[in-house]
Amino acid sequence: MGYKIRLANVSVQYRMPSERIGTLKEYIIRRIQGRVKHRKFFALKNIDIEINEGEVFGVIGHNGAGKSTMLKLFARVLPPTIGRIEIMGSVSPLLELGAGFHPELSGRENIFLNGALLGFSREEMRKKFDSIVDFSGLSAFIDGPIRTYSSGMWARLGFAVATASRPDILLVDEILAVGDEEFQKKCFDRIDDFKNNGTTIVIVAHSMQTIQERCSRVSWLDHGELKFIGVPEEAISAYRKSQNN
Amino acid sequence: MSENRNIYIYDAKNKTAKPFEELRQAYHYRYLISQLLRRDIVTRYKRSFLGIGWTMLNPLGTMIVLSIAFSQVFKMTEGYPAYVLSGLMAWNFFSQTTYASMVNLVWGGGLLKRIYMPRTSFALAAIGTGLVNTVLTVIPMLIVMAIIGVPIRASVLFIPFPLLLLALFSLGFGLILSTLAVYFPDVAEMYQIILTAWMYLTPIIYPEEILPENIHFIISTFNPMYGLVKLFRIPIFYGRLPTMEEFVFPAIIAILFFVIGWFFFSYKSDEFAYKI
Repeated sequence: MGYKIRLANVSVQYRMPSERIGTLKEYIIRRIQGRVKHRKFFALKNIDIEINEGEVFGVIGHNGAGKSTMLKLFARVLPPTIGRIEIMGSVSPLLELGAGFHPELSGRENIFLNGALLGFSREEMRKKFDSIVDFSGLSAFIDGPIRTYSSGMWARLGFAVATASRPDILLVDEILAVGDEEFQKKCFDRIDDFKNNGTTIVIVAHSMQTIQERCSRVSWLDHGELKFIGVPEEAISAYRKSQNN
Repeated sequence: MSENRNIYIYDAKNKTAKPFEELRQAYHYRYLISQLLRRDIVTRYKRSFLGIGWTMLNPLGTMIVLSIAFSQVFKMTEGYPAYVLSGLMAWNFFSQTTYASMVNLVWGGGLLKRIYMPRTSFALAAIGTGLVNTVLTVIPMLIVMAIIGVPIRASVLFIPFPLLLLALFSLGFGLILSTLAVYFPDVAEMYQIILTAWMYLTPIIYPEEILPENIHFIISTFNPMYGLVKLFRIPIFYGRLPTMEEFVFPAIIAILFFVIGWFFFSYKSDEFAYKI
């Protein structure tokens, strides 16, 4: 079975102005004076990872270790500064559900808008529409503007759109807190179903319990470097040991 | 399972193709662009009584106010409303689409951090919205022309060409502006002032004949909107086709701005994910 995600010697470098320059006027003045300095730092350094089909892959590390940067690489949002990245298949990010919804539009209109954001075509969305509404359980409210929805309803619709079709790779940031317990169970069932059908799942979480329960392999990032990659127990204990020191 | 289009390979060694890749992706995501366009138009009027009618009434209202105020001042009573309206059509397209490109990108920044989409989507949707709005204002403009007795000639059919050039210019300019706005939040504020000044430096509400010769030379040479607005006015107001010279210079400028804007934006946009 081939890999689904491969990072080969990947580094991501951020270039930030060393002092905060808030306005264009200030920038131009400083530029003329030759006082614009950039600080460069590596958010990720020389990362080599292969993630296989059907794997549940966890990423742990303290804040600022490069976890979200890694997720951005997988989501194709950020390209690496050095190295090569290969992603074999469709990626669906389950990050902040319903982030692209517009409050004035109806649930129906938002389903199409959000589906388009995820890269689906009109035909694909037409086919999926009924099953999305059905899964969200919001058919009674689907033509009302989404500003009238509760935050739970909002997230339910977001989840339903984001998981309308089985992606090859699913990115999960933190633990899902979607609506009530019953709906949460529905979400986890769907994710498990994806997994059983071969979807690769990448989880970034602070909760070690989630990582331990769900992941088959875990990588531990520290200051942008890959310190450990292997079974969850060992990764977690290595991470914990470093925190105690 | 995975179709060919879903394979993504990025090697930091070869990134020369970025602007072309962006173009390819924008085409691939055309449904998103049409959805964003739809959202712009629908949400703008959703809670208002007249709805889309405002698109037509807005320039018409401005035209009436300006006609009453200025037709005496400029001693150009004949056809002044049509003169203003044809100029406003071009100007409104430019100011609205460039401003919307910038605001939409900053608004959509949260999304760009999480989900992949062509980053030019917002600017392209803004241009699309502007095109729809402009087409809608053509109808009231023709009515005004008929009422005040400005002859409507077949040259009106030439309008898609200057509109296309204006769209290219606005897209290029809007992309440069959006990039700056990502780095410097004050650009949005500053741009509103610049737009006001720029409008007065372009013959929109006044006839260009009132300009002293040296100022006319400066404006017609260095203000790219001068030629583009004029290209709108020639087939509508003057009722003729533009000369080669009148067409080629604005066309070159529009294409140049489009290419520069697209390249500049494509290369800079990789940083957006951690700048916005």
